[in-house]
Amino acid sequence: MDRGTVFATVGTTSFDELIEALLSDSFLQILHDKGYRKLVLQIGRGRIEPVAQETRCGVEISSYRLKPNIQDDLMAADLVISHAGAGSVLETLALNKRLLVVVNETLMGNHQTELAENFAGEGFLFWTTVKNLPHDFANIDWLKLKKYQPGRPDLFASYMDNFFGLS
Amino acid sequence: MYALLLMLPILLLVARLIYFYTLQRGRPEADVRNMRGPRRLMVILGSGGHTTEALSLLRALDTKQYRPVTFVLAETDTTSAVRAVAAWDGMKDDMKFVKIPRSREVHQSWLSTLLTTGKALVSAFPIVYREKPDIILCCGPGTCVPICLVAWLFSLLFVQRTVITFVESICRVQTLSLTGKILYFFCDIFFVQYESLSHSWPKAVYLGRLV
Repeated sequence: MDRGTVFATVGTTSFDELIEALLSDSFLQILHDKGYRKLVLQIGRGRIEPVAQETRCGVEISSYRLKPNIQDDLMAADLVISHAGAGSVLETLALNKRLLVVVNETLMGNHQTELAENFAGEGFLFWTTVKNLPHDFANIDWLKLKKYQPGRPDLFASYMDNFFGLS
Repeated sequence: MYALLLMLPILLLVARLIYFYTLQRGRPEADVRNMRGPRRLMVILGSGGHTTEALSLLRALDTKQYRPVTFVLAETDTTSAVRAVAAWDGMKDDMKFVKIPRSREVHQSWLSTLLTTGKALVSAFPIVYREKPDIILCCGPGTCVPICLVAWLFSLLFVQRTVITFVESICRVQTLSLTGKILYFFCDIFFVQYESLSHSWPKAVYLGRLV
C-alpha cells in the first residue's frame, strides 16, 4: 500500500495543538500502520513553521500556511482531518471524503462544535478532541459513515424567485 | 407653531416606520414585483465558512435574473475574492468587489467594537448608495450589520428599496449568532437551517438545510 494520503486543515486561524499532535512520532506511526504514506498539512497562522518536505516514520510530510483554494488538496486526499470550521467541513463532505473533525477545546462553548456534533449525529463524519485523537483515530470504523446529504440551495433560489415574482 | 412644524417630520417618519414594519417588510410588495430587468445583487462575504455558504447559495441563483453582483469584503480578508471568482466563473464581467473595514475581529473588546462599527457604518453609506442593490444576501459575518442597517434606512426613506436577506449559518444549531439576532429585526427574509430555531424565531423561514 503506497496510496494513502491524509490532508489536515485548520482554516484561516491557527490550531497549533492539532498540528503538534499530528506531527508527533506516535501519531505518524499510527498513520503508517493504517497504510497512510503521505501527510499534507495546511497549518494556518500558528507559530509552527511550514516544511517543504520531510519523511518520518515512513510518512512523507509537507505543509504550508494558507492557499486561496484548498480544493486540489482535498481532492487528492483519502482522508481529511479538519478543524471544526464550516467551510472546511462542507467542502470536504461535498467531495464525499472521509472526515475526522478535531474540535479545538480552547474554543469550547464556541458554536463551531455544534456543526460537528450535529453532522456526527447524522453519521456524515467523526469528531474528536486533540487529547483523544490518537486513540479515536486508531479505532474509527470508517464503514459506519453514511453518505453525505448535501444541503438544498435550490430551495433558497426558488424561494427568492417566488418572492420577486420571477419564475 | 414651530413645535408643530418640528413635530411633523417626526410624525411622518414614525408613520413610515410603522407602515414599513407592518405592511412592507418581508412581503413581495408591488415595488419589489415591478422591478424591471435583472435584480442587482450585493453579497457580503466573510472569512472561511461564511464565504463557503454564501457562494453555494449564490451558485443556485439564475445568473440571467440576478446580476450584476457586488461582493463586499472585509479589508483584512485575503482569500474570499479569489474564491468568489473561482466559484462563479460564468459571471466574471458582471462581478465587482468593494472593501469595508471589519466591524469586529474575533476576540475584540466591546468598547472598541463600538468604534470600529461606527467607522464601518460611515463607509457603508457610499457603498450602498452607489451600488443600489435590489437584494442584499448575507450569511453571517459582522460586516453585514453596517451594510444592512444603511440599506434598511434607505428603504425606509425611499432612497432605494433593497430586500435584505439573511441566511443564518449552518453552524448555528441551537442559538442565533449575534449578527443574526440584530438583523432579525431589519431584514425582509430571514432563513434558518434548523427547525428548532424556527420555533424560537417565528419570522424565520425554514426550508431545510440550504448549504
